[in-house]
Amino acid sequence: MGMTITEKILARASEKRIVSPGDVVFANVDKVMMHDVGGPGVWTVFQELKPIIGEVNKIWDPDRVWLAEDHFVPPIDRQSSENIKILEDFAKKYGIRKHFRYGIGQYGICHTLSYEEALVLPGEVYVGTDSHTNTTGVVGAFAAGLGHTDIAYVLVHGKTWFRVPETLLFRVDGELPSYSTAKDLSLAIIRDIGTDGANYKAMQFSGSAIKAMDIDERATLTNMSTEAGAKNAIIEPDERLLQYLRSRTDSPLKPVYGDENAEFSEIYEINAMTIEPLVAKPYSPGNVSSARELSDVEVDRVYIGSCTGGKLTDLRMAASVLKGRRVKVRTEIVPATQRIYMQALREGLIEIFLQSGALVGAPTCGLCFGGHMGVLRKGEVCISTTNRNFPGRMGDRESRTYLASPLTAAATAVTGKITDPRDLSG
Amino acid sequence: MEGILRGRVHKYGDNVDTDSIIPGRFLKEMDPKKLAEHTMEGIDPNFVTKVKPGDFVVAGKNFGCGSSREHAPIALRYSGIKAVLAKSFARIFYRNAIDGGHLIPIEIDEKIYEKLSDDDEIEVDVLKGVIRNLTKVEVYNMRPIPELVMEIIKAGGIFMFKRR
Repeated sequence: MGMTITEKILARASEKRIVSPGDVVFANVDKVMMHDVGGPGVWTVFQELKPIIGEVNKIWDPDRVWLAEDHFVPPIDRQSSENIKILEDFAKKYGIRKHFRYGIGQYGICHTLSYEEALVLPGEVYVGTDSHTNTTGVVGAFAAGLGHTDIAYVLVHGKTWFRVPETLLFRVDGELPSYSTAKDLSLAIIRDIGTDGANYKAMQFSGSAIKAMDIDERATLTNMSTEAGAKNAIIEPDERLLQYLRSRTDSPLKPVYGDENAEFSEIYEINAMTIEPLVAKPYSPGNVSSARELSDVEVDRVYIGSCTGGKLTDLRMAASVLKGRRVKVRTEIVPATQRIYMQALREGLIEIFLQSGALVGAPTCGLCFGGHMGVLRKGEVCISTTNRNFPGRMGDRESRTYLASPLTAAATAVTGKITDPRDLSG
Repeated sequence: MEGILRGRVHKYGDNVDTDSIIPGRFLKEMDPKKLAEHTMEGIDPNFVTKVKPGDFVVAGKNFGCGSSREHAPIALRYSGIKAVLAKSFARIFYRNAIDGGHLIPIEIDEKIYEKLSDDDEIEVDVLKGVIRNLTKVEVYNMRPIPELVMEIIKAGGIFMFKRR
Protein backbone atom coordinates (compact mmCIF):
# COMPACT_ATOMS: atom_id res chain seq x y z
CA MET A 1 0.00 0.00 0.00
CA GLY A 2 1.28 3.48 -0.86
CA MET A 3 1.80 6.39 1.46
CA THR A 4 0.24 9.86 1.59
CA ILE A 5 2.49 12.93 1.41
CA THR A 6 2.24 13.29 5.21
CA GLU A 7 3.28 9.65 5.74
CA LYS A 8 6.17 9.99 3.29
CA ILE A 9 7.53 13.08 5.00
CA LEU A 10 7.30 11.45 8.43
CA ALA A 11 8.89 8.22 7.11
CA ARG A 12 11.88 10.13 5.72
CA ALA A 13 12.21 12.23 8.87
CA SER A 14 12.17 9.15 11.11
CA GLU A 15 14.55 7.23 8.84
CA LYS A 16 12.03 4.53 8.05
CA ARG A 17 11.06 3.05 4.68
CA ILE A 18 7.38 2.88 5.51
CA VAL A 19 5.13 4.32 8.21
CA SER A 20 1.40 3.77 8.72
CA PRO A 21 -1.25 5.71 10.62
CA GLY A 22 -1.06 4.89 14.33
CA ASP A 23 2.73 4.29 14.33
CA VAL A 24 4.59 6.39 16.86
CA VAL A 25 7.80 7.78 15.35
CA PHE A 26 10.63 9.98 16.58
CA ALA A 27 11.10 12.37 13.67
CA ASN A 28 14.05 14.62 12.90
CA VAL A 29 12.83 18.19 12.72
CA ASP A 30 13.95 20.52 9.90
CA LYS A 31 12.66 23.91 11.11
CA VAL A 32 11.46 25.41 14.39
CA MET A 33 9.63 28.69 15.07
CA MET A 34 9.11 30.52 18.36
CA HIS A 35 7.10 33.69 18.87
CA ASP A 36 6.96 36.14 21.77
CA VAL A 37 4.54 33.95 23.72
CA GLY A 38 6.21 30.58 23.07
CA GLY A 39 9.81 31.82 23.28
CA PRO A 40 9.59 33.07 26.88
CA GLY A 41 7.86 29.76 27.68
CA VAL A 42 10.81 27.82 26.27
CA TRP A 43 13.19 30.09 28.19
CA THR A 44 11.29 29.29 31.40
CA VAL A 45 11.49 25.55 30.68
CA PHE A 46 15.26 25.81 30.24
CA GLN A 47 15.55 27.59 33.61
CA GLU A 48 13.33 25.04 35.38
CA LEU A 49 15.28 22.13 33.91
CA LYS A 50 18.68 23.32 35.10
CA PRO A 51 18.73 20.95 38.10
CA ILE A 52 17.87 18.03 35.79
CA ILE A 53 19.65 18.59 32.47
CA GLY A 54 22.01 21.40 33.46
CA GLU A 55 22.43 24.74 31.75
CA VAL A 56 21.47 24.64 28.06
CA ASN A 57 24.51 26.31 26.52
CA LYS A 58 23.81 25.50 22.92
CA ILE A 59 20.88 24.33 20.85
CA TRP A 60 20.92 21.63 18.25
CA ASP A 61 21.04 23.85 15.16
CA PRO A 62 20.50 27.63 15.40
CA ASP A 63 20.27 27.93 11.60
CA ARG A 64 17.08 25.83 11.64
CA VAL A 65 15.36 28.07 14.16
CA TRP A 66 13.62 31.38 13.54
CA LEU A 67 11.90 33.85 15.81
CA ALA A 68 8.86 36.04 15.18
CA GLU A 69 7.65 38.91 17.31
CA ASP A 70 3.94 38.94 16.61
CA HIS A 71 1.57 38.42 19.55
CA PHE A 72 2.01 41.38 21.90
CA VAL A 73 3.74 43.77 19.47
CA PRO A 74 4.39 46.58 19.54
CA PRO A 75 4.55 45.79 23.29
CA ILE A 76 1.42 46.68 25.21
CA ASP A 77 3.00 46.93 28.65
CA ARG A 78 6.20 46.29 30.57
CA GLN A 79 5.62 42.53 30.81
CA SER A 80 5.26 42.08 27.05
CA SER A 81 8.25 44.33 26.51
CA GLU A 82 10.27 42.07 28.82
CA ASN A 83 9.17 39.10 26.75
CA ILE A 84 10.57 40.76 23.61
CA LYS A 85 13.85 41.18 25.50
CA ILE A 86 13.82 37.46 26.33
CA LEU A 87 13.54 36.67 22.61
CA GLU A 88 16.44 39.02 21.89
CA ASP A 89 18.56 37.40 24.62
CA PHE A 90 17.60 33.97 23.30
CA ALA A 91 18.69 34.88 19.75
CA LYS A 92 21.99 36.24 21.05
CA LYS A 93 22.79 33.39 23.42
CA TYR A 94 22.11 30.65 20.90
CA GLY A 95 23.21 32.41 17.70
CA ILE A 96 19.79 32.50 15.99
CA ARG A 97 20.07 34.86 13.02
CA LYS A 98 16.57 34.72 11.56
CA HIS A 99 14.74 37.01 13.94
CA PHE A 100 11.86 39.12 12.66
CA ARG A 101 11.68 42.18 14.90
CA TYR A 102 9.00 44.84 14.91
CA GLY A 103 10.24 48.23 13.85
CA ILE A 104 13.26 46.87 11.99
CA GLY A 105 12.14 45.96 8.48
CA GLN A 106 10.16 42.86 7.67
CA TYR A 107 8.22 41.38 10.58
CA GLY A 108 4.71 40.16 11.21
CA ILE A 109 2.59 37.12 11.95
CA CYS A 110 4.75 33.99 12.08
CA HIS A 111 2.54 31.80 9.88
CA THR A 112 2.40 34.29 7.04
CA LEU A 113 6.16 34.88 7.28
CA SER A 114 6.81 31.13 7.13
CA TYR A 115 5.91 30.94 3.44
CA GLU A 116 6.21 34.59 2.40
CA GLU A 117 9.88 34.44 3.39
CA ALA A 118 10.28 30.79 2.25
CA LEU A 119 11.47 29.85 5.75
CA VAL A 120 9.95 26.39 5.43
CA LEU A 121 10.31 24.33 2.25
CA PRO A 122 8.43 21.40 0.67
CA GLY A 123 8.96 18.03 2.33
CA GLU A 124 10.28 19.46 5.60
CA VAL A 125 9.12 18.74 9.16
CA TYR A 126 8.31 22.07 10.81
CA VAL A 127 7.10 22.75 14.34
CA GLY A 128 6.23 26.02 16.06
CA THR A 129 4.91 27.32 19.35
CA ASP A 130 1.49 28.08 17.92
CA SER A 131 -1.56 26.01 17.08
CA HIS A 132 -1.93 27.59 13.63
CA THR A 133 1.51 26.29 12.61
CA ASN A 134 -0.62 23.98 10.42
CA THR A 135 -0.84 26.92 8.00
CA THR A 136 2.61 26.21 6.63
CA GLY A 137 1.48 22.88 5.20
CA VAL A 138 0.55 25.12 2.26
CA VAL A 139 4.13 24.59 1.00
CA GLY A 140 3.82 20.79 1.11
CA ALA A 141 5.62 20.48 4.45
CA PHE A 142 4.54 18.59 7.57
CA ALA A 143 3.74 21.50 9.88
CA ALA A 144 2.31 21.12 13.39
CA GLY A 145 1.91 23.27 16.48
CA LEU A 146 3.44 22.27 19.81
CA GLY A 147 3.61 23.66 23.33
CA HIS A 148 6.75 25.22 24.73
CA THR A 149 8.09 22.15 26.56
CA ASP A 150 7.93 20.18 23.31
CA ILE A 151 9.67 22.98 21.43
CA ALA A 152 12.34 23.17 24.15
CA TYR A 153 12.91 19.44 23.68
CA VAL A 154 13.28 19.89 19.91
CA LEU A 155 15.77 22.71 20.44
CA VAL A 156 17.94 20.40 22.55
CA HIS A 157 17.49 17.10 20.69
CA GLY A 158 16.50 18.07 17.13
CA LYS A 159 13.63 15.61 17.15
CA THR A 160 10.25 14.87 18.65
CA TRP A 161 7.61 12.15 18.71
CA PHE A 162 4.53 11.98 16.52
CA ARG A 163 1.74 9.51 16.15
CA VAL A 164 1.48 9.15 12.35
CA PRO A 165 -1.94 10.62 11.54
CA GLU A 166 -4.64 9.19 9.33
CA THR A 167 -5.28 11.49 6.38
CA LEU A 168 -8.65 12.97 5.43
CA LEU A 169 -8.62 13.99 1.77
CA PHE A 170 -10.78 16.94 0.69
CA ARG A 171 -11.08 16.91 -3.09
CA VAL A 172 -12.53 20.22 -4.15
CA ASP A 173 -13.46 20.51 -7.81
CA GLY A 174 -15.28 23.10 -9.85
CA GLU A 175 -14.99 26.85 -9.71
CA LEU A 176 -15.50 28.81 -6.51
CA PRO A 177 -18.09 31.57 -7.17
CA SER A 178 -16.64 35.11 -7.31
CA TYR A 179 -18.43 36.02 -4.06
CA SER A 180 -17.07 33.01 -2.15
CA THR A 181 -13.59 32.42 -0.79
CA ALA A 182 -11.33 29.82 0.82
CA LYS A 183 -12.67 31.05 4.17
CA ASP A 184 -16.22 30.09 3.20
CA LEU A 185 -14.96 26.69 2.02
CA SER A 186 -13.16 26.21 5.36
CA LEU A 187 -16.28 27.08 7.35
CA ALA A 188 -18.33 24.67 5.22
CA ILE A 189 -15.87 21.88 5.97
CA ILE A 190 -15.79 22.60 9.72
CA ARG A 191 -19.60 22.78 9.77
CA ASP A 192 -19.72 19.33 8.13
CA ILE A 193 -17.00 17.47 10.06
CA GLY A 194 -17.17 19.35 13.38
CA THR A 195 -14.55 21.12 15.47
CA ASP A 196 -13.01 17.77 16.43
CA GLY A 197 -13.67 16.13 13.06
CA ALA A 198 -9.98 15.98 12.21
CA ASN A 199 -8.58 15.61 15.75
CA TYR A 200 -5.18 13.83 15.63
CA LYS A 201 -5.54 13.60 11.83
CA ALA A 202 -4.06 15.18 8.71
CA MET A 203 -6.26 17.22 6.36
CA GLN A 204 -5.11 17.15 2.74
CA PHE A 205 -6.63 19.39 0.09
CA SER A 206 -6.63 18.67 -3.64
CA GLY A 207 -8.71 19.21 -6.76
CA SER A 208 -9.16 21.82 -9.47
CA ALA A 209 -10.54 24.48 -7.11
CA ILE A 210 -7.40 24.24 -4.96
CA LYS A 211 -5.16 24.40 -8.02
CA ALA A 212 -6.96 27.57 -9.10
CA MET A 213 -6.32 29.27 -5.73
CA ASP A 214 -3.35 31.52 -5.09
CA ILE A 215 -1.01 30.67 -2.21
CA ASP A 216 -2.73 33.08 0.23
CA GLU A 217 -6.12 31.46 -0.33
CA ARG A 218 -4.67 27.96 0.05
CA ALA A 219 -3.11 29.12 3.33
CA THR A 220 -6.57 30.01 4.63
CA LEU A 221 -7.56 26.35 4.22
CA THR A 222 -4.47 24.97 5.95
CA ASN A 223 -4.80 27.63 8.66
CA MET A 224 -8.44 26.84 9.46
CA SER A 225 -7.67 23.10 9.70
CA THR A 226 -6.66 23.82 13.30
CA GLU A 227 -10.32 24.64 14.04
CA ALA A 228 -11.27 21.11 12.98
CA GLY A 229 -8.64 19.77 15.40
CA ALA A 230 -6.18 18.66 12.69
CA LYS A 231 -2.62 17.70 13.59
CA ASN A 232 -1.47 19.07 10.25
CA ALA A 233 -2.88 20.21 6.93
CA ILE A 234 -1.13 19.82 3.63
CA ILE A 235 -1.38 20.56 -0.08
CA GLU A 236 0.90 18.79 -2.56
CA PRO A 237 3.21 21.26 -4.31
CA ASP A 238 2.35 22.36 -7.84
CA GLU A 239 4.16 24.61 -10.30
CA ARG A 240 2.45 27.70 -8.92
CA LEU A 241 3.78 27.01 -5.42
CA LEU A 242 7.28 26.14 -6.64
CA GLN A 243 7.46 29.39 -8.64
CA TYR A 244 6.22 31.31 -5.60
CA LEU A 245 9.01 29.82 -3.48
CA ARG A 246 11.69 30.17 -6.19
CA SER A 247 11.04 33.89 -6.31
CA ARG A 248 11.78 33.99 -2.56
CA THR A 249 14.68 31.61 -1.97
CA ASP A 250 17.75 30.18 -3.71
CA SER A 251 17.57 26.99 -1.63
CA PRO A 252 17.00 23.85 -3.72
CA LEU A 253 13.38 22.65 -3.57
CA LYS A 254 12.77 18.95 -3.05
CA PRO A 255 9.01 18.50 -3.19
CA VAL A 256 7.50 15.30 -1.85
CA TYR A 257 4.31 13.79 -3.29
CA GLY A 258 2.03 11.04 -2.04
CA ASP A 259 1.92 7.69 -3.83
CA GLU A 260 -0.82 7.13 -6.39
CA ASN A 261 -2.16 4.26 -4.32
CA ALA A 262 -1.97 6.16 -1.03
CA GLU A 263 -4.68 5.24 1.46
CA PHE A 264 -6.93 7.92 2.93
CA SER A 265 -9.11 7.25 5.96
CA GLU A 266 -11.88 9.36 4.37
CA ILE A 267 -12.34 11.12 1.05
CA TYR A 268 -14.69 14.10 0.89
CA GLU A 269 -15.78 15.29 -2.56
CA ILE A 270 -16.79 18.95 -2.59
CA ASN A 271 -18.27 20.94 -5.45
CA ALA A 272 -16.79 24.43 -5.10
CA MET A 273 -19.69 25.97 -7.06
CA THR A 274 -22.05 25.19 -4.17
CA ILE A 275 -20.02 27.20 -1.62
CA GLU A 276 -21.82 30.39 -0.58
CA PRO A 277 -20.76 33.12 1.86
CA LEU A 278 -20.82 31.60 5.36
CA VAL A 279 -20.46 32.93 8.87
CA ALA A 280 -19.52 31.10 12.09
CA LYS A 281 -21.67 32.38 14.95
CA PRO A 282 -20.58 32.65 18.59
CA TYR A 283 -19.07 30.66 20.22
CA SER A 284 -17.61 28.07 17.88
CA PRO A 285 -16.04 27.98 14.40
CA GLY A 286 -18.37 25.03 13.76
CA ASN A 287 -21.56 27.01 14.50
CA VAL A 288 -22.09 27.98 10.86
CA SER A 289 -24.94 29.72 9.01
CA SER A 290 -25.13 31.37 5.62
CA ALA A 291 -24.45 35.11 5.72
CA ARG A 292 -27.94 35.74 4.31
CA GLU A 293 -29.60 33.94 7.24
CA LEU A 294 -27.90 36.44 9.56
CA SER A 295 -28.79 39.61 7.67
CA ASP A 296 -30.57 41.12 10.69
CA VAL A 297 -27.55 40.78 13.00
CA GLU A 298 -26.16 44.23 13.79
CA VAL A 299 -22.46 44.53 14.51
CA ASP A 300 -20.46 47.15 16.41
CA ARG A 301 -17.07 46.27 15.06
CA VAL A 302 -15.32 44.82 12.01
CA TYR A 303 -11.86 43.29 12.04
CA ILE A 304 -9.96 42.37 8.87
CA GLY A 305 -6.58 40.88 9.71
CA SER A 306 -4.64 37.93 11.23
CA CYS A 307 -2.87 34.89 9.77
CA THR A 308 -6.28 33.82 8.43
CA GLY A 309 -7.56 37.07 6.98
CA GLY A 310 -4.80 39.71 6.82
CA LYS A 311 -2.84 38.40 3.84
CA LEU A 312 -2.40 40.42 0.63
CA THR A 313 -5.22 38.55 -1.13
CA ASP A 314 -7.53 39.21 1.84
CA LEU A 315 -6.72 42.93 1.75
CA ARG A 316 -7.35 43.02 -2.01
CA MET A 317 -10.74 41.39 -1.46
CA ALA A 318 -11.64 43.84 1.30
CA ALA A 319 -10.54 46.77 -0.87
CA SER A 320 -12.65 45.54 -3.80
CA VAL A 321 -15.70 45.99 -1.55
CA LEU A 322 -14.66 49.16 0.27
CA LYS A 323 -13.52 51.07 -2.82
CA GLY A 324 -15.66 54.21 -3.11
CA ARG A 325 -17.74 53.26 -0.04
CA ARG A 326 -17.81 54.38 3.59
CA VAL A 327 -17.74 52.15 6.64
CA LYS A 328 -20.74 52.48 8.95
CA VAL A 329 -19.20 50.84 12.04
CA ARG A 330 -15.73 50.86 13.60
CA THR A 331 -13.45 48.93 11.25
CA GLU A 332 -9.86 47.90 11.92
CA ILE A 333 -7.66 46.53 9.15
CA VAL A 334 -4.27 45.03 9.97
CA PRO A 335 -1.89 43.64 7.32
CA ALA A 336 -0.32 40.36 8.47
CA THR A 337 3.26 41.44 7.72
CA GLN A 338 5.25 44.56 6.96
CA ARG A 339 5.90 43.36 3.40
CA ILE A 340 2.16 42.95 2.82
CA TYR A 341 1.59 46.41 4.30
CA MET A 342 4.11 47.85 1.81
CA GLN A 343 2.58 46.02 -1.15
CA ALA A 344 -0.93 47.11 -0.12
CA LEU A 345 0.34 50.67 -0.02
CA ARG A 346 1.83 50.35 -3.53
CA GLU A 347 -1.42 48.94 -4.87
CA GLY A 348 -3.46 51.76 -3.38
CA LEU A 349 -5.32 49.47 -0.97
CA ILE A 350 -4.30 51.43 2.12
CA GLU A 351 -5.68 54.62 0.60
CA ILE A 352 -8.97 52.87 -0.18
CA PHE A 353 -9.20 51.72 3.45
CA LEU A 354 -8.42 55.14 4.86
CA GLN A 355 -10.84 56.82 2.43
CA SER A 356 -13.56 54.44 3.58
CA GLY A 357 -13.00 55.61 7.15
CA ALA A 358 -11.37 52.42 8.42
CA LEU A 359 -8.36 52.33 10.72
CA VAL A 360 -5.19 50.64 9.43
CA GLY A 361 -2.84 49.24 12.07
CA ALA A 362 0.66 47.81 12.26
CA PRO A 363 1.09 44.04 11.88
CA THR A 364 0.22 42.14 15.09
CA CYS A 365 -1.72 39.09 16.24
CA GLY A 366 -3.16 41.27 19.02
CA LEU A 367 -6.80 41.79 18.06
CA CYS A 368 -7.47 38.17 17.13
CA PHE A 369 -6.90 36.88 20.66
CA GLY A 370 -8.04 39.86 22.71
CA GLY A 371 -4.46 40.72 23.59
CA HIS A 372 -3.81 44.02 21.95
CA MET A 373 -5.72 46.78 20.10
CA GLY A 374 -9.45 46.81 19.60
CA VAL A 375 -10.26 44.57 22.57
CA LEU A 376 -14.04 43.94 22.70
CA ARG A 377 -16.07 45.16 25.67
CA LYS A 378 -18.98 43.37 27.33
CA GLY A 379 -21.83 42.81 24.89
CA GLU A 380 -19.95 44.13 21.88
CA VAL A 381 -20.52 42.32 18.55
CA CYS A 382 -17.73 41.91 16.02
CA ILE A 383 -17.42 40.31 12.60
CA SER A 384 -13.89 39.16 12.02
CA THR A 385 -11.77 37.47 9.36
CA THR A 386 -9.93 35.53 12.08
CA ASN A 387 -10.15 31.86 12.99
CA ARG A 388 -11.73 31.58 16.47
CA ASN A 389 -14.76 32.92 18.29
CA PHE A 390 -14.65 31.15 21.65
CA PRO A 391 -16.09 33.01 24.67
CA GLY A 392 -13.75 35.89 25.49
CA ARG A 393 -11.52 35.24 22.51
CA MET A 394 -11.40 38.88 21.38
CA GLY A 395 -12.05 40.49 24.76
CA ASP A 396 -14.83 40.30 27.34
CA ARG A 397 -16.37 36.84 27.77
CA GLU A 398 -19.77 38.35 27.00
CA SER A 399 -18.62 39.87 23.70
CA ARG A 400 -19.68 38.06 20.52
CA THR A 401 -17.54 37.33 17.47
CA TYR A 402 -18.80 36.18 14.06
CA LEU A 403 -16.19 34.69 11.72
CA ALA A 404 -16.39 35.45 8.00
CA SER A 405 -14.46 36.04 4.78
CA PRO A 406 -12.83 39.40 3.97
CA LEU A 407 -15.60 40.00 1.39
CA THR A 408 -18.39 39.42 3.90
CA ALA A 409 -16.60 41.36 6.66
CA ALA A 410 -16.04 44.34 4.34
CA ALA A 411 -19.65 44.27 3.10
CA THR A 412 -20.78 44.21 6.74
CA ALA A 413 -18.56 47.20 7.52
CA VAL A 414 -20.49 49.18 4.90
CA THR A 415 -23.99 48.30 6.15
CA GLY A 416 -23.45 47.69 9.87
CA LYS A 417 -25.39 44.41 9.59
CA ILE A 418 -24.06 41.02 8.52
CA THR A 419 -24.14 41.27 4.75
CA ASP A 420 -23.62 38.71 2.00
CA PRO A 421 -21.29 40.43 -0.51
CA ARG A 422 -23.86 39.71 -3.25
CA ASP A 423 -26.43 41.85 -1.48
CA LEU A 424 -24.38 45.04 -1.25
CA SER A 425 -26.10 47.61 -3.44
CA GLY A 426 -24.43 50.31 -5.51
CA MET B 1 4.22 10.04 39.75
CA GLU B 2 1.52 9.47 42.34
CA GLY B 3 -0.18 6.16 41.65
CA ILE B 4 -3.50 6.92 43.34
CA LEU B 5 -5.16 10.34 43.16
CA ARG B 6 -8.09 11.44 45.28
CA GLY B 7 -10.28 14.53 45.11
CA ARG B 8 -13.57 16.08 44.03
CA VAL B 9 -15.04 16.45 40.57
CA HIS B 10 -15.55 19.76 38.77
CA LYS B 11 -17.71 18.88 35.78
CA TYR B 12 -17.98 20.69 32.41
CA GLY B 13 -19.35 19.96 28.94
CA ASP B 14 -17.92 19.48 25.43
CA ASN B 15 -15.33 21.66 23.66
CA VAL B 16 -13.84 23.44 26.67
CA ASP B 17 -11.38 25.63 24.75
CA THR B 18 -8.05 27.06 25.83
CA ASP B 19 -9.45 30.61 25.87
CA SER B 20 -11.90 29.39 28.51
CA ILE B 21 -9.15 27.66 30.49
CA ILE B 22 -6.84 30.69 30.42
CA PRO B 23 -7.80 33.80 28.39
CA GLY B 24 -5.29 35.09 25.80
CA ARG B 25 -4.60 38.35 27.59
CA PHE B 26 -2.72 36.41 30.29
CA LEU B 27 -0.31 34.75 27.85
CA LYS B 28 2.41 37.30 28.51
CA GLU B 29 2.45 36.02 32.08
CA MET B 30 5.04 33.33 32.84
CA ASP B 31 4.53 33.02 36.61
CA PRO B 32 2.44 29.83 37.01
CA LYS B 33 0.91 30.99 40.30
CA LYS B 34 -0.38 34.16 38.66
CA LEU B 35 -1.76 32.13 35.74
CA ALA B 36 -3.52 29.86 38.24
CA GLU B 37 -5.45 32.84 39.62
CA HIS B 38 -7.36 32.92 36.33
CA THR B 39 -7.87 29.21 35.64
CA MET B 40 -11.18 28.47 33.88
CA GLU B 41 -12.08 32.14 34.14
CA GLY B 42 -13.65 32.10 30.67
CA ILE B 43 -16.13 29.35 31.55
CA ASP B 44 -16.44 29.35 35.35
CA PRO B 45 -15.24 32.46 37.24
CA ASN B 46 -15.84 30.64 40.57
CA PHE B 47 -13.51 27.75 39.72
CA VAL B 48 -10.47 29.17 41.53
CA THR B 49 -12.41 29.75 44.74
CA LYS B 50 -13.80 26.22 44.94
CA VAL B 51 -10.95 24.06 43.57
CA LYS B 52 -8.79 22.20 46.10
CA PRO B 53 -5.43 20.48 45.60
CA GLY B 54 -5.94 17.02 44.13
CA ASP B 55 -9.32 17.79 42.55
CA PHE B 56 -10.30 16.63 39.07
CA VAL B 57 -11.77 18.31 36.04
CA VAL B 58 -14.28 16.08 34.25
CA ALA B 59 -15.27 17.14 30.74
CA GLY B 60 -16.95 16.04 27.53
CA LYS B 61 -15.31 15.73 24.15
CA ASN B 62 -12.47 17.81 22.68
CA PHE B 63 -11.20 19.21 25.98
CA GLY B 64 -8.51 21.87 25.48
CA CYS B 65 -9.31 22.68 21.86
CA GLY B 66 -7.86 25.84 20.37
CA SER B 67 -4.51 27.37 21.11
CA SER B 68 -1.20 25.56 21.66
CA ARG B 69 -0.72 27.57 24.86
CA GLU B 70 0.93 25.37 27.47
CA HIS B 71 -0.36 27.99 29.89
CA ALA B 72 -3.63 25.98 29.89
CA PRO B 73 -2.35 22.76 31.53
CA ILE B 74 0.02 24.88 33.65
CA ALA B 75 -2.88 26.99 35.01
CA LEU B 76 -4.86 23.84 35.83
CA ARG B 77 -1.82 22.20 37.46
CA TYR B 78 -1.06 25.17 39.69
CA SER B 79 -4.74 25.32 40.68
CA GLY B 80 -4.23 21.86 42.12
CA ILE B 81 -5.65 19.72 39.32
CA LYS B 82 -3.71 16.44 38.97
CA ALA B 83 -5.78 14.84 36.21
CA VAL B 84 -8.45 15.75 33.68
CA LEU B 85 -10.98 13.05 32.80
CA ALA B 86 -12.58 13.73 29.42
CA LYS B 87 -14.39 11.92 26.62
CA SER B 88 -11.60 13.14 24.32
CA PHE B 89 -8.81 15.71 24.24
CA ALA B 90 -7.62 18.12 21.59
CA ARG B 91 -4.20 16.99 20.45
CA ILE B 92 -1.95 19.85 21.58
CA PHE B 93 -3.49 20.02 25.07
CA TYR B 94 -3.02 16.25 25.40
CA ARG B 95 0.65 16.44 24.42
CA ASN B 96 1.36 19.50 26.53
CA ALA B 97 -0.16 17.88 29.60
CA ILE B 98 2.02 14.79 29.18
CA ASP B 99 5.29 16.15 27.79
CA GLY B 100 5.31 19.07 30.22
CA GLY B 101 4.55 16.70 33.10
CA HIS B 102 1.70 18.98 34.15
CA LEU B 103 -1.22 16.64 34.67
CA ILE B 104 -2.60 13.31 33.49
CA PRO B 105 -5.15 13.36 30.66
CA ILE B 106 -7.48 10.39 31.13
CA GLU B 107 -9.97 9.34 28.48
CA ILE B 108 -13.33 8.05 29.68
CA ASP B 109 -16.36 6.65 27.89
CA GLU B 110 -19.66 8.51 27.57
CA LYS B 111 -21.30 6.26 30.20
CA ILE B 112 -18.70 7.10 32.82
CA TYR B 113 -18.97 10.81 31.99
CA GLU B 114 -22.71 10.57 32.64
CA LYS B 115 -22.18 8.82 35.99
CA LEU B 116 -19.72 11.36 37.37
CA SER B 117 -21.43 14.35 39.01
CA ASP B 118 -20.15 17.70 40.12
CA ASP B 119 -18.63 17.43 43.61
CA ASP B 120 -18.45 13.60 43.64
CA GLU B 121 -15.39 12.41 45.52
CA ILE B 122 -13.37 10.01 43.39
CA GLU B 123 -10.17 8.04 43.54
CA VAL B 124 -8.16 7.40 40.37
CA ASP B 125 -5.64 4.57 40.15
CA VAL B 126 -3.68 5.54 37.06
CA LEU B 127 -1.54 2.39 36.83
CA LYS B 128 -4.50 0.02 37.21
CA GLY B 129 -6.76 2.17 35.02
CA VAL B 130 -9.51 2.27 37.62
CA ILE B 131 -11.77 5.11 38.82
CA ARG B 132 -13.59 4.66 42.14
CA ASN B 133 -16.55 6.92 42.84
CA LEU B 134 -16.49 7.14 46.64
CA THR B 135 -19.66 9.24 46.80
CA LYS B 136 -21.76 6.85 44.70
CA VAL B 137 -19.78 3.71 45.63
CA GLU B 138 -19.15 2.69 42.02
CA VAL B 139 -16.08 1.56 40.11
CA TYR B 140 -15.32 2.42 36.47
CA ASN B 141 -12.53 1.64 34.01
CA MET B 142 -10.73 4.40 32.17
CA ARG B 143 -9.61 3.92 28.57
CA PRO B 144 -6.10 2.43 28.48
CA ILE B 145 -3.30 4.98 28.32
CA PRO B 146 -1.04 4.32 25.29
CA GLU B 147 2.33 2.76 26.19
CA LEU B 148 4.57 5.66 25.15
CA VAL B 149 2.31 8.17 26.89
CA MET B 150 2.36 6.12 30.12
CA GLU B 151 6.15 5.97 30.03
CA ILE B 152 6.43 9.74 29.61
CA ILE B 153 3.92 10.25 32.45
CA LYS B 154 5.91 7.92 34.71
CA ALA B 155 9.13 9.74 33.83
CA GLY B 156 7.51 13.06 34.75
CA GLY B 157 7.74 14.63 31.28
CA ILE B 158 9.49 14.37 27.91
CA PHE B 159 12.85 15.67 29.17
CA MET B 160 13.06 12.97 31.82
CA PHE B 161 11.89 10.26 29.46
CA LYS B 162 14.64 7.96 28.16
CA ARG B 163 14.02 6.17 24.88
CA ARG B 164 14.74 2.49 24.98
